[in-house]
Order: sequence, then structure tokens, then C-alpha cells
Amino acid sequence: MNVMPPPQTRFTDTSRVDLLLIADMVTPGARVLDIGCGDGVLLRLLAEKRGVDGRGIELSQAGVNSCVAQGLSVIQGDADTDLVYYPDSAFDYAILSQTIQATYSPRHVLEQLLRIGKRVVVSFPNFGHWRVRTELLFLGAMPRNDTLPDRWYDTPNIHLCTIKDFVALCDDVGARVEKAVALNAYGYKLGVSMPFFMQNLFGQQAVFLLSR
Amino acid sequence: MAAQARERPNTMNENPGTEAFASPSARLAQIANPQSEVVHFGADDPLPLDCGVKLAPFSMAYQTYGTLNAAKSNVVLVCHALTGDQHVANPHPVTGKPGWWETMVGPGRPIDTNRYFVICPNVIGGCMGSTGPASTNPATGRPFGLDFPVITIRDMVRAQARLIDHLGIPDLLCVLGGSMGGMQVLEWAATYKDRVYAAVPIACAARHSSQNIAFHEVGRQAVMADPEWCQGRYIDEGKSPRKGLAVARMAAHITYLSDEALHRKFGRNLQDREKVTFGFDADFQVESYLRHQGLSFVDRFDPNSYLYITRAMDYFDLAADHGGVLANAFTGTKTRFCLVSFTSDWLFPTEESREVVHALNAVAANVSFVEIKTDKGHDAFLMEEPELFATIGGFVGSAALKRGVPPAGKVTP
Repeated sequence: MNVMPPPQTRFTDTSRVDLLLIADMVTPGARVLDIGCGDGVLLRLLAEKRGVDGRGIELSQAGVNSCVAQGLSVIQGDADTDLVYYPDSAFDYAILSQTIQATYSPRHVLEQLLRIGKRVVVSFPNFGHWRVRTELLFLGAMPRNDTLPDRWYDTPNIHLCTIKDFVALCDDVGARVEKAVALNAYGYKLGVSMPFFMQNLFGQQAVFLLSR
Repeated sequence: MAAQARERPNTMNENPGTEAFASPSARLAQIANPQSEVVHFGADDPLPLDCGVKLAPFSMAYQTYGTLNAAKSNVVLVCHALTGDQHVANPHPVTGKPGWWETMVGPGRPIDTNRYFVICPNVIGGCMGSTGPASTNPATGRPFGLDFPVITIRDMVRAQARLIDHLGIPDLLCVLGGSMGGMQVLEWAATYKDRVYAAVPIACAARHSSQNIAFHEVGRQAVMADPEWCQGRYIDEGKSPRKGLAVARMAAHITYLSDEALHRKFGRNLQDREKVTFGFDADFQVESYLRHQGLSFVDRFDPNSYLYITRAMDYFDLAADHGGVLANAFTGTKTRFCLVSFTSDWLFPTEESREVVHALNAVAANVSFVEIKTDKGHDAFLMEEPELFATIGGFVGSAALKRGVPPAGKVTP
């Protein structure tokens, strides 16, 4: 059987610039668990750029099978139920990219992540973005954009939050925010000098690096 | 016949009579003089068994495919299932049928013999050249019969490790197998942690379930109820409990398929007749198919071996061997695992594989797990399943790359 090496990972799509940011937050050679790894795009990127020892959990069987066929270490599993099987501090980084808003119990998932990962990276779409707010205000319909592409009835996102909401959850579970980056609609980092309420207004998505 | 099983050609057009058994001479010849490589371990080199007996002398028959590289880093060990043998990818010496895993192992196949050196031994207790109950007992000069010690999956793996030692191979790039072969893979990974770089247990479990033990008991009772079994001394008596073994195989074969697959293949179709005969002939195609499965099996398999090997599977409980906690079996493992299960497999359902995955998660092992959607039941691992091939090819290929085994066709100058 001819197994083609996976193509070099490139991002032209601004909606997944968070993956490059995440890769920058991970130290080379680290042990990484990517929860909700999809077709393995982040795991491939981390292997290429950071030489990590990467593992993945993915809900969809098609995603899992495609990852394993590419040689990635991925199991079928559910962030809500299957993180309990991992021991404490099993990974240097537990990563949840664009997935927390699709879990049934984001608080439980975040607590589990903080238990099994020495550090935790979470990225999510910011429901506090000004266009989201204005769409709801002026159009009176559920907002959609690059990071929220689905309609209300076919979206997997059941627990959307704003950057402000997420910071409050981190406080609640006792997570320390080591780094927080907001990205605008064009995938650019917002200036660090920008006040927090402005990030919540102009960030279309956010990437957090947390520790216990 | 419209419902001809595509995966098992030439099995359903025949309508065997119940007395259509072939002579056992071809089968018996393989026990003493197999058409395979054989390593003989002498009386001073015993195999310690779980039951306490030290088996000596003993023999291991095996097939190899491909070429061992200079670094000895490209060895793939294939473990066969209950009724399999070492003839993975060559015509079977007794039946003449293709190797049982020719779709998986061979040039350009997922286990590419242009890249890997593949070894498949016949299990200890088997009947294709490795020492088993049909082999001659050196103490009596007669076949062992029931004097053969009861063996376990771990004994099978110990014997394989002895073979690997003998061949001068320090460790294995990959150990893979389905069903009982998968049990051996798990045992290899647990017992010889440092010698297994990658492990692929397919359609198996870390212990044999109560239901599975029950099915095996039905099979064994069928063999032992045949008057020609002669308390296990049938070879001495010039007899063979073929009917009993055929019934055992028929019952077991049902467990290898799914209800859906049986229905798809056979439905309620009648065999070479327009209407039912109001008798006990094989009216239905499914009956004819099962009878054929039973008959063709006894041509190549020793009835006592069937008793011993089913027993070995019954005794398998990896957690019990490690303080009742399955994760303990894998503590400190560096092996890369890839488990595979099939949605319609009710003999070794996905949940059994998932338990192994959770145990591996608990020790933060490197594990992949793929469940493949199919209606072919347990036997899916032997059949044309593109997703299975992609999974195994991708996983083993990636493990080989990480270990510095180049892809086939790339010759380093």
C-alpha cells in the first residue's frame, strides 16, 4: 500500500490562525494531547514545527480513521466523558482548539484538562465580538461568521461564550491565565496594550494558555 | 447462486454429503514434517508453561516473507487466530487455498513484504508443525493426546519469543493479529515491553468473556461427544472425531459472522431446490454453507488442538494476571498501540477494545483506536476492508519511519 506523506500544513484560511498561535505556545518535544483533533491538522502542524509527541481524541469516527491512516496517534472519544481515563499530569499540554463551546459540560472538561495537562491551551470563537453583537441587535438573527459558520439548528456549538465569560470560568476553576491572545476577523493579534473590554469587543476568537 | 459469498469464493456451490470427509493423511503429514521452517528446541531447552509443566523437547514451525534488514529493525510478527496457522501469504499446503491474510501481507500490501520481514509461527498446541497434542510424545512414542499439557496465550507468546531469540532477532517493529492473534499481541506488549515497538491487536479483548467461553464449551463438548474421539486417543485408534469437530466449527462459525451478513448472503434462500423437502437435508443455503465450513475445517485441523487452543483463549485474562487492574499490564510501556474493532463484531465487541484503550490511556500510552463500520462481523478482519488496510498500512508505516525503516522502493545507495 502506498501511504502518501501528508502535505505540508499551510494556513491561508484566517479562521484557523489560532492553530499557528497554539503551535507557538507549545515547547518543542512536548507531550501533547489534542482533544477534538478533527482530521489531525494541528497534530501534523505540531509534529512539523515543534517535534511534539502528539496524541489526539476525536469524536467523529471518520476523523479518527483518517488520522490513524496518516500515522497519527488518535482514538475515538468524547471530551465530556473520556478524559477521566488519563492520569494526572500525563501531558505537558492539553489542547482544546475550537471545541470547548461544543462540549456538554465545559467546566468539567476544563477541570479535567487542568488535571491531565501541566498546561492547557484553549481556543474558542468569541461571542462578544462586535459584529456578533450587532448582528443579533440589528438583524435579530443568530450571528454567523468565519468561526461560527453554521446555522443555529445545525451547529455543534451548544455553549458559546465571550472572552469575558471564559476568564470568569478560569477564575472559578482556579486556572491561572499565563497568556491570552485575541485575534481579529483578519486573523491578526490584537495589541497587548488594548484594554480587555476592547479585546472582548474586537476579538473574533481567542487563544488562552492556562496552568493550575 | 446470487448470494454467493464474495469473500469466500467456492464455498457455497458445493453441496457436500455428510460423509464427504477427505483422508486425514495430508493433515497428519504436516504435524511431523511441516512444509515450513521448523526450529527444534532440545530436551535441555524446555519451555516453562503456566500450568507448571516444562515442555521439552518442543518445535516451532513458522513461515517468513520478505528480507531481514541489516539493522534487524523491520521485523513484523503476525499472530494467527484460533483456527489459523503460519501460512499467512502462501497457498495452504493441505487445502491449496490462498494464505489466510494475503490481502494484508505481501508485496505492496499494507504489511509490505518489500519493506518488512514478516514472521508467522504456528502456535504451540497447534497442528501445523509446532508441538501440539497430535505430536509424538517422546516419553511414550505415541501422540500426546490429552497427555499434552494445557497451554495458555502467554505460553504461546513465550514459545514465539524463544523462536525470535533463536533467529537472533532482538526486538520487533510490530506485532499484529486478530482475534486470538490479538490476544497474543496484548500478551506480547505486556510481557515483553522492551521488545515490541508497535502493537496492533485487532478484534480482540483483554479477557475471554463468559459468552465466548460458553461457545467454546459447546464446541469442545461436540468433539468429545463423538465416539471416534476415543478419549483423545483417536490417532492411535486410526479414527477421527470429524463429525464432532465439524459441528464445533459450524457453531463457532456462526459467531464469526453477523446476523446482517448472514441475512445479506443467504436470507431464507433454498439450496438447489424450489421448495422445502419436509426433511432434514440442507434445504436452506445457510445450512449448506455451514456444513461445508464444518467439513472443510476437519480436513486441516486436529480435533485435540481445537480443545487445547480454545481452552487457552478461555483462560486469557490479562487484568487477572496483573493484580486485577488491566492498566498494570501496560505500566511503563513505550509501545505504540493501534487497536481496531468492527461495529458488527458481537464475539469481540468494540466495548472490549475500548476497555483496553482506557487501560492504555491510564498509563498515558501512545494509542490509536479505530472502529470500522462493517456488517461482516468478527471475520471482517480477514476480509476486504479498505479502511482496515488504510489503518494498518498508515499506522505500521508511520511506526517504521519513526524507527528508521525506509519505505519500500527507496534503496539507499
